[in-house]
Amino acid sequence: MFNYESYLRLDKFPLIWCSGCGDGIVLKSMIRAIDKLGLSKDDVCMVSGIGCSSRLTGYVDFNTLHTTHGRALTFATGIKMAKPRLHVIVVTGDGDATAIGGNHYIHAARRNIDITVILFNNFIYGMTGGQVSPCTPKGKRASTAPYGNFENAFNISGLAQAAGASFVARATVYNAVQLEKLIQRAIERKGFSLVEVLSPCPTAYGRRNREGTPVDMILQQKETTVSVAAAEKMSAEELEGKIITGVLTDVERPECREEYQKLIDSFRKEG
Amino acid sequence: MAEETLRRKREAEITINTAWCKGCVICVELCPEQVLVMERGKAKVAHLDKCTVCGLCELRCPDFAIVVVDKNKSPKTGE
Repeated sequence: MFNYESYLRLDKFPLIWCSGCGDGIVLKSMIRAIDKLGLSKDDVCMVSGIGCSSRLTGYVDFNTLHTTHGRALTFATGIKMAKPRLHVIVVTGDGDATAIGGNHYIHAARRNIDITVILFNNFIYGMTGGQVSPCTPKGKRASTAPYGNFENAFNISGLAQAAGASFVARATVYNAVQLEKLIQRAIERKGFSLVEVLSPCPTAYGRRNREGTPVDMILQQKETTVSVAAAEKMSAEELEGKIITGVLTDVERPECREEYQKLIDSFRKEG
Repeated sequence: MAEETLRRKREAEITINTAWCKGCVICVELCPEQVLVMERGKAKVAHLDKCTVCGLCELRCPDFAIVVVDKNKSPKTGE
């Protein structure tokens, strides 16, 4: 019903992702969100790092940049500072953004630079062979944690909230319509906006943790998530093990590029 | 005449790109009307008449391999 073709590089198809990977559903939602906003393809710049999700930039017909591991946000910061008219969208994974690029991630949020980050959280390093990522939940198995992960996991959205991001939301591929709307709001919001998407990895994560088929993993998202509104009415015990989805933060804060422009202008007036 | 009155308002046309389909079964299992089945590792339309054009299969196909169109809504039929 929706015509994706004009946004895709069809010669690069079929997608590299495994059968049942959620990343394709996120890609579709991103395209629909950009289409609804009516953005010109030349005004969108997508930047990605390394990982499964970061292969996305190869399939879309925008200005795209596939950069080094964890550094997508640094390239994106440069692009936004040099060409503020562009809508800069960073596509990254949980390992890329919070392990290798962890510092860039919190500092981009601290600066509140007008970048939209779509963070694919699959709880593992999928492409490199299923190693533990900072987001692997405690007790879950990975190739480097055959007896279960004994470390605590990062709360990616909480990290961005604490660092000062303007917009933070969490979504699932199960609810692709909500995902599309959240991406749309994230792009519209001036400042650092994050949409953390829970994207199932049946190959590296699901198989090791006996989570079943891709369909089981998608349906499981429905069971394990609660909306922000529902979570408010629940006790701490009821929320144990649940993941809250929806808009977590949406505030107006001074934006980095605008503050920089103000500084430049102040000197111009004096000089 | 009877046929005319029985005609459903929505008439589905489902296209499956088997070259892109990886057989993840998401569309088959999440279809509320069981329109699709698996055949030799790929999705296949089995009961087109049951389709209500809800578009859930298209929405959740990760591989852009399935397209659902309401024939009665397309510009070709001019409705």
